[in-house]
Amino acid sequence: MTSALPESQATVILRGIVKRFPGVTANNGANLEVRKGEIHALLGENGAGKTSLMNVLYGIYHPDEGEIWVNGQKVTIHSPQDAIRLGIGMIHQQYRLVQTHSVTENVVLGLKEYFFFPEKAARAHILELAEKYGMKMDPDARIWQLSAGEQQRVEILKALYRGVKILIMDEPTAMLTPGEAMELLHILRRMTAEGLTVIFITHKLEEVVEVSNRVTVMRQGKSITTLETTKTTQSELAQLMVGRDVLFHLDKKAVEAGADVLKVERLNVMNDKGLPAVVDLSLDVRAGEIFGIAGVSGNGQRELVEAVTGLRPISGGRIIVNGQDITQSPPRARIKSGIGFVPGERWMALIPGMSVADNMILKNYARPPIGNGPLLDREAVAAHTESLIKEYAISTPDRHTPIKRLSGGNIQRALLAREISEKPSLLIVAQPTSGLDVGATETIWNLLLEERARGAAVLLISDDLKEALALSDRLAVIFEGQIMGQFAAREANLEHIGLMMAGALRPGLAAAKDNSTAGESA
Amino acid sequence: MKLPRIRFEKRLTSPRWLPVASLAGGLALAMLTIAIIFAVLGVNPLVAFQRIFQGGFGSAYGLQETITKTIPLILAGVGLTLAFKGRMYNIGAEGQLLIGAIFATGIARAFPDWPSFLLIPALFIVGFLGGALWAAIPAVLKTRFRVDEVLTSLMLVYVANEAVKFLVYGPWRGSDTRGFPITDEFSAAAQIPSIKSTRIHYPTLIVAILLAILVYLLLTRTKLGYEIRVTGENPDASRYAGMDYQKIALLVMIISGGLAGLAGMGEVAGIHFRLRPPEAISPGYGFTAIIVAWLARLNPLAAILTSFLLGGLLVGGDAIQIALNLPAATVQIFNGVILLFVIASELFNQYKLRLEV
Ligand SMILES: Nc1ncnc2c1ncn2[C@@H]1O[C@H](COP(=O)(O)OP(=O)(O)OP(=O)(O)O)[C@@H](O)[C@H]1O
Ligand SMILES: [Mg+2]
Repeated sequence: MTSALPESQATVILRGIVKRFPGVTANNGANLEVRKGEIHALLGENGAGKTSLMNVLYGIYHPDEGEIWVNGQKVTIHSPQDAIRLGIGMIHQQYRLVQTHSVTENVVLGLKEYFFFPEKAARAHILELAEKYGMKMDPDARIWQLSAGEQQRVEILKALYRGVKILIMDEPTAMLTPGEAMELLHILRRMTAEGLTVIFITHKLEEVVEVSNRVTVMRQGKSITTLETTKTTQSELAQLMVGRDVLFHLDKKAVEAGADVLKVERLNVMNDKGLPAVVDLSLDVRAGEIFGIAGVSGNGQRELVEAVTGLRPISGGRIIVNGQDITQSPPRARIKSGIGFVPGERWMALIPGMSVADNMILKNYARPPIGNGPLLDREAVAAHTESLIKEYAISTPDRHTPIKRLSGGNIQRALLAREISEKPSLLIVAQPTSGLDVGATETIWNLLLEERARGAAVLLISDDLKEALALSDRLAVIFEGQIMGQFAAREANLEHIGLMMAGALRPGLAAAKDNSTAGESA
Repeated sequence: MKLPRIRFEKRLTSPRWLPVASLAGGLALAMLTIAIIFAVLGVNPLVAFQRIFQGGFGSAYGLQETITKTIPLILAGVGLTLAFKGRMYNIGAEGQLLIGAIFATGIARAFPDWPSFLLIPALFIVGFLGGALWAAIPAVLKTRFRVDEVLTSLMLVYVANEAVKFLVYGPWRGSDTRGFPITDEFSAAAQIPSIKSTRIHYPTLIVAILLAILVYLLLTRTKLGYEIRVTGENPDASRYAGMDYQKIALLVMIISGGLAGLAGMGEVAGIHFRLRPPEAISPGYGFTAIIVAWLARLNPLAAILTSFLLGGLLVGGDAIQIALNLPAATVQIFNGVILLFVIASELFNQYKLRLEV
């Protein structure tokens, strides 16, 4: 093979990478060429093989075929330690920090050079790095005190501390609030300005266009093309990725909203730290409408939905579903009363080590046709799972595969499929499309609209304002556990929403009025 | 000069053969360690292994004894596979076994005149109940007061031990036992029959194998089994799905304790025909059952096989103890070493080793 690539410029070259798993080929001759100092976006449908390819580069997977070149040298990478020695770092979607340790301890943890913990020197170096790349960071804070975005910065610092020059980030903005995402993109630009290289996996096309220098599109384990970002558009990228035009055509029919399905009255809930997270919150969701809750994550959304589903005790208020007071009901009774729930923390609703089939029956195993007296009807389990796999296009080698082996987007699809197939009268979904590709996002949005057309009441929690606005009939903004304002989505005023999300515009108060009553509610 | 370094790396993929290979590797290392222990004790390891095998499996008598010891191991071991699957770490099967023995003795003493077609089923039932009751205590403490079941179930072993001792030295000591701390012999109707000229009390063996199959079916084919697996794998998901944790934890402990209780019942009603001091009833079957369960990778059917292996080891161990004049704790040491390596070998299902120069 002749090397037509400008090797001098390329810091990483992956050539003809093949990675097979039992039943699937995750990478099927993938190529990637990353130049020093660039932000290189990696784009592709769910299951296209992005994470697998990066795991190969980071030494987690060993390719069945193909070559890896780093800085002009052909290398074999056995492990992440090898990768780090070559200056390659990777930040996975799930952070691996020790919650009770401080930032400094986490950054230094696992370094073998030290025998004694070099507290002072480490602290100083961390501060210096944070300063250099424009990150705000308290080296003595404990991890559990930090937001998702701050924890991610700790991961970045961890990589930088180890002298990483090429940083791989797998869907780094999926868990971040829009503000935190902006900050991250800013940090990444600072890093490349200092000569570092970033490989950036994302599903958000606007981020690709905004931050990357070049973009490689993957489809079905192969790299389709690499483009200069300035020479392409979002719609072209979407088209390349999915192999068809993605129009974001939403089939939002006019639906007559029916009776109240969910009524929440003056709800009060504490968070894990025992502090008030939801304060005197009232809302109602009607049959045939999508009620959106927009807000920066961490403002009580999680506590609110966990209280409604019975997974978290409340300290005051009432919850009524379909006219029945379920405030004191256990979770099982609430499921029976017709509540479906897709939590933002996906793994609390799935069993990673169990098969796709075992995961698909989590909600209906107890009743016919799956539950047959005290028994599980194995044929019914198979039939149910196969029909969900088909209907929702879940890509899996077979129904016996452990669900953790599926790609991020397919895990998400499977969870939604299960909850929707239960035909709930109240469907609660948190961040339904985080981690989904554009094609799948379109599919899921339409699925939620179908639920609304069917007459379900949908309570939608989303960080993504665009999503909340596109789907909701009515929209409420939550800040510090309180509803700041509520309006028909078509009359939404973006500026007001922004102010409300930041807590600058309070309920019952015109913007001009005095804001000094902050902390108390109307 | 740089020394080669050994590194652990987390596995993200695992080939199908891996669990079997890691288990085999673990056992091989255990054997090696035991061989070293033999050598230190001044015994040729090859001779010792040969004698153990010979003792446990190499003769008709040895095999009979092995099968006899397999019975309580299957019962207690199968129960533990269920408990461990449900994330209830019941370490106290030994105590549940002893309470089962006490309950059975109580029935045998109370109704010596019942016909055996009533008395034997009654023995099975109360044996189960005794063990179940003893296991229910840690279950309730765990679900109501969040007390760790590892500690409580283990501590209850000592209580059960003392209870047996109290009974055989005190109120239940026989009238015709020449001062030995044992009860009178059970009436003939309360004696579980054995295969002729062996100590294999086959009704218990049949029940044990049936129960292993039942527990397997329970785990794989029933709603309750599904709930147990989900709860064991991910308690959060179990809560999310509205499963009743208290019910599951209690049931799992009751079944596992009940099976251990049956094992104790079988020992007194099938072998000794009386209650004796704890060490005479069980050489630690309840603890060996922990190894049975892990070695079987928590599969109840595989536990039948691992019970047979460990039963043979107990018999073979006894044989060499006498023949080679080894300390009485030898078999316990084997068990300890094997358990250690079997559990350690689990590590290799998640990590791999690499040598670096
Ligand atoms: N450890 C594994 N064992 C078996 N199959 C795997 C494993 N890891 C990935 N796969 C499979 O390889 C394919 C590619 O997965 P990968 O995670 O690389 O996709 P992705 O492009 O990152 O998708 P997403 O956007 O959904 O995260 C999928 O079909 C997935 O099921
Ligand atoms: Mg991925």
